[in-house]
Amino acid sequence: MASNQIMFILFSVMIVVFSVLTVTSRRILRAAVYLLFVLVSTSGLYFMLNYQFLAAVQLTLYAGGIVVLIIFSILLTSHISQNFESSGWKKNIFSAIAALIGALLSIITILDYKFSATTEVAQEVNMKLIGKSLLSTGYDGYVLPFEIISVLLLAAMVAAIVVAKKVSPKSAELQNLKQ
Amino acid sequence: MNSGIPLQYFLILATVMFFTGVYGFLTRRNLITILMSVELILNSVNINFLAFNRYLYPHKLEGMFFSVFVIAVAASEAAVAIAIIINIYRRFTTINVEDVNEMKF
Repeated sequence: MASNQIMFILFSVMIVVFSVLTVTSRRILRAAVYLLFVLVSTSGLYFMLNYQFLAAVQLTLYAGGIVVLIIFSILLTSHISQNFESSGWKKNIFSAIAALIGALLSIITILDYKFSATTEVAQEVNMKLIGKSLLSTGYDGYVLPFEIISVLLLAAMVAAIVVAKKVSPKSAELQNLKQ
Repeated sequence: MNSGIPLQYFLILATVMFFTGVYGFLTRRNLITILMSVELILNSVNINFLAFNRYLYPHKLEGMFFSVFVIAVAASEAAVAIAIIINIYRRFTTINVEDVNEMKF
């Protein structure tokens, strides 16, 4: 067995096991750490597919940014040692059945479909090409989605600050008057 | 790098990850764990995009740029969701979805 196959098996086993643990763990902080493992092994898969830039983005943004944000909000909103009670077995069983049926249907379709192999020469993905494509307006350019995503990120940042900031004493008084 | 691994393996892996996320989304009651399930779902979609790009259209970069945009949307979604969750916690002192059932401000 070639080394890349061994790496693929390792990464996929890690992804499957830790994603199941993420959604079943009764301790919320542990679930967040399992999610971190899933994200790191996903970036390993991206390295295997030769998308080094995206793997680096995955590591810094997901594993470094979002997981830290999630852990911070866990520490702000719940006690670490607290186990939450399991939701009812009925809900668990029906959700598991729905997920299993969906997964089976998708896997059967994937195995059934004949993907036509390509004969095109693979393109080298380097930073220069990525930057040029992101800012080009030509046929292979992505300048419009790039600009839209920058506006979206700005809007999300402003919205997060406005929503999460403390209520000023004046508006708190107004709320008390209303109640 | 990816010789000897069929495309289907990547797709099946992404499917399993996706439906694990769906299961978590349906069964969890804590808002933050629901957010974590959504992150799992978005990640599995990214794997699909990249595998299709590498195996079927290696001379183009569409899948990669779609993944970049999905990651950006996921990041802004997580930021706004966590701001809302913290606001809900201030008001109700809980983030259990079954206790947060009134929208009146």
